[in-house]
Amino acid sequence: MNVTMLTVLGACALLLTVASLVGYVLEQRAKSPASIATVKNLNDRTRSWWIMVVIFGGALALGDTTTIVLFAILSFLALREFWTLTPSRRGDHQPLFLSFFVVLPIHYILLGDDWYGMFVIFIPVYAFLMLPAVATITGETDDFLARSAKVQWGLMLTVYSISHAPALLMLDTGVPGALMISYLVIVVQLSDVFQYIWGKLLGKHRFSPNISPSKTVEGLVGGGLSAIAVGTLLYGLTPFSPLQAAAISAVIVTAGFFGGFVLSAIKRDLKVKDWGYIIEGHGGVLDRVDSLTFAAPLFFHITRYFFTT
Amino acid sequence: MSALIRRPLIVLVRLLVGARSEWRGCEPDTARRIYFANHGSHFDTVAVMAALPWPVRRLTHPVAARDYWGISKFRRFIAETLLRAVLIDRKPKPGSEPLAPLERLLEDGRSILIFPEGTRAEGDDEIAPFRSGIFRLAQKFPDVELVPVYLDNLRRILPKGSMLVVPITCTARFGTPLQVQPDEAKAAFLERARTAVKVLGSGGATGE
Repeated sequence: MNVTMLTVLGACALLLTVASLVGYVLEQRAKSPASIATVKNLNDRTRSWWIMVVIFGGALALGDTTTIVLFAILSFLALREFWTLTPSRRGDHQPLFLSFFVVLPIHYILLGDDWYGMFVIFIPVYAFLMLPAVATITGETDDFLARSAKVQWGLMLTVYSISHAPALLMLDTGVPGALMISYLVIVVQLSDVFQYIWGKLLGKHRFSPNISPSKTVEGLVGGGLSAIAVGTLLYGLTPFSPLQAAAISAVIVTAGFFGGFVLSAIKRDLKVKDWGYIIEGHGGVLDRVDSLTFAAPLFFHITRYFFTT
Repeated sequence: MSALIRRPLIVLVRLLVGARSEWRGCEPDTARRIYFANHGSHFDTVAVMAALPWPVRRLTHPVAARDYWGISKFRRFIAETLLRAVLIDRKPKPGSEPLAPLERLLEDGRSILIFPEGTRAEGDDEIAPFRSGIFRLAQKFPDVELVPVYLDNLRRILPKGSMLVVPITCTARFGTPLQVQPDEAKAAFLERARTAVKVLGSGGATGE
């Protein structure tokens, strides 16, 4: 592990220490039941952040294989959350089994094997054609089109998109892949955190009460700009110049926002609040990586197109 | 020895299907109880057991069909040794007392887990009519709480006729305990019990 990586993790730990202290002070001050509940949720979130930073930092520090395995596990858990809430029928059983135990492992093995050409087409070409074909075997045709779309979207969001974060390890940009992953994850996640903070402090105008009741215009603008500022300052982790870093952060933040938004729309469609329960204060894995599903592929392809040798 | 396998089995089941528990109508308790659940797949016995906290699990015995779980050494080992199950005949010979082993467990202060449908329902969300064993147990032990349990997603995890397990999360919902009323007829009670499970399944808070 190099010095830069240690500094990044140190900074995360420092940030979380501040957050924990702030949470402690707020806990002493909270009086009304509503603010006590908000502060409790805030402190749950901070505690979960500590655990996530330790797991994520640990996996990155241990090397490429552990990083890829960690993302494979996250994809598995996210896909499970997706299918726990998305209805399926008897005829989808084999496609689902294949999604979890064949497509997902092969996709990540291709990533680990550095086979870029196969990695990018395996799911969109082979899996997307094979799974509906398998689904015809049972002869169940009710909702066939909708069911095929669900099987494909489940894989697209939770496996294909998310895997573009560890796929940065395949790129030769002149800086270690682990730093690129950290950069992406830090900007995406800080954008969520800043949106939360700005929204809580100044939020007045609901952005879209239908889809995401907690998102406010103030939160979006303040959070987005703060995350872009941090992304610009962190240009040293990347092959980008400060100006390029600002533009790419803007892309990450915008894509991340729509990722969260689209996954919220799916949740509203399925009439649920959270995708799962595994991360205290946050919900499920998919609640935490929703922004990454859109940001990771864009960041990956911008980097690959403009910054690889 | 079997304890060494039992724990990893529970951990494995929790990893595979989540096996969450939601105590909606009662709290976990080591007092003797009759848990009765809908039957979705061969996985359901393990799923309920994994959802129970250990102090309750160690005192709870699932009831399993001898014609499925008793036919090979391996299945017997899983059922009787790992899950502490009691095997009973689904089609008892006339004159035999198939419920006797369950009564003995309840007399010893232990809890049992039964699947009163007897067999797995065919439809997608149907709960088959209950068989009468639960009524006879409830009459014989009027002070024992009957806890309805609804297992969701089980048919999607392992549907009838498939060997493939899809790792969708299964949640076991525990509802408000019932007891048989002094003058309640068998059919009325069985339907009330079945409704309690069904209501839990459709999101009812208490099973009432």
